[in-house]
Amino acid sequence: MAELDTSGKDGKKKGPKKVSTRIDMTPMVDLAFLLVTFFMLTTTFSKPKTMLLSMPEKPKPNDPPPPKVDERVTTTVVLDKNNRIFYYRGVESPEVFTTDYSADGFRKMAMEMVAKGKSLKRDAVFIIKPTEESTYKNVVDILDEMKITDSKVYAIQQLYPQDKEIIARYKQENNITD
Amino acid sequence: MAKVKVPRKTILLDMTAMCDVAFLLLTFFMLTTKFKPDEPVVVDTPGSVSETILPDANVLIISVDADGKVFMGVDSEKTRLAMLEKMAGEYKVPFSENQKNQFRLTSTFGAPMAALPQVMVSTGKARAQLQTGIPTDSLDNQLAKWVTYARLAHSEVNNNDRERQLRMVIKADKGTKYEVVKKVIDTMMEQNLNKFNLITSLEAMPEGFGKKAGEGKKE
Repeated sequence: MAELDTSGKDGKKKGPKKVSTRIDMTPMVDLAFLLVTFFMLTTTFSKPKTMLLSMPEKPKPNDPPPPKVDERVTTTVVLDKNNRIFYYRGVESPEVFTTDYSADGFRKMAMEMVAKGKSLKRDAVFIIKPTEESTYKNVVDILDEMKITDSKVYAIQQLYPQDKEIIARYKQENNITD
Repeated sequence: MAKVKVPRKTILLDMTAMCDVAFLLLTFFMLTTKFKPDEPVVVDTPGSVSETILPDANVLIISVDADGKVFMGVDSEKTRLAMLEKMAGEYKVPFSENQKNQFRLTSTFGAPMAALPQVMVSTGKARAQLQTGIPTDSLDNQLAKWVTYARLAHSEVNNNDRERQLRMVIKADKGTKYEVVKKVIDTMMEQNLNKFNLITSLEAMPEGFGKKAGEGKKE
C-alpha cells in the first residue's frame, strides 16, 4: 500500500532507510478529471432534441364537415424558395404580402395576428403551405415560430391550385422571377 | 518589525481521496455513455427552441440527407432481424446468415431491397456508394413496406405491448427539399401515423419570448 506522509515533517526515521513508496498522483488526477469532463460533456449533449409534429388524420367518410374558420384571424403562409414567405388572408383575390424568417419579418406578423385573435376572442389560425422548392429548414423554422409566438392553431397543408394561382399572379405583378 | 523566519515547507496534498472520486466519476460516465453509432448519413439538423427529448427506445428514425436520400433505422436489434425476415420474404431477396447478422448490427441503412445483401457485406466507401437511399416513389414505395414491417415486427417482438409502440422520428437536413420530407410524411400518413418527432438541434429562445409568449404588440 502506498503510504502517504501528511505530517509535513522531514520524515527522518531511525533504523534502516526505507524506500519511499509515495507516488505523485497529480498527473493521474489530472488525466482522470480530463476524462471525466470529456464523458460528462459527451453524455449531456448526445441526447438529441426533437420537435413534435401532429398531422391531421385522414378524414373518414362519415366525418362532419370541418368547422369554418374565421377569415379575419386566418393567415395562409406559403413558403417559397430562397427563404421567401408569402402570406395572405381570405380566399377571394386577397392582398399578398412578402416577408422573411427574421424576427422583424414573420414573427412580428404572427405576434400581431395572435394579438388580433385575442382581441376578437379567437385563436389565430395559420395554414402553412410549403412549396416544393422550400427546404425542410424553412418548415421547421415556421413551426418554431409557431412555438415562439405561442400560436396553438396551425396546420401544414398542401398547396392547392388556387394558392398557386394567387402566388403566380403576385409574382408576375411584382416581377419576382427567381 | 522583526521578521519571523518561517521555515519553507513543501505542501504535500493527499491526492488519494481526490483520485478516488475522479475515477469513480470516470467509471460512472464511461459506463453510462452511449457512443454515437456510425451513421452512413451526414445530417445537419435545423435549429429549434423545442426541448422535447428524443426517447431512448422504441423509435424508428427516418433520416433524409441534403440530396434527398432516405435512410431508416430501428433501435432494437431484435426488431431489425424480424423486419428483415419479413422484407426478404416479401421481395424474395435471399440473405445469408452473415448478411442477416450484419444487418442486425447496422443502425441505419438506406438501399433498395435488391442491393441490400451486397451492402451488408461491403464496408467503408464501397458501402457508402451502394447506399443510394430507400425508394419512396409511388410505383415502388419500399419505405412504406419497411415502415409497415418494422411496426409489425416490433409489436411481435414486444408481445403487442401498446406501451412500446414504435415512434416515428424524422431526421432531415437543413437543405433537404421539403418535397422529399413530404413524401416521407405522406407515406406514414397513409398508414395512419400522424405523430412525428422531428429531430432538431437546440436553439435559444429569442429574448422577450418563452414561457410567457403571446403578449404581442397591439395593432
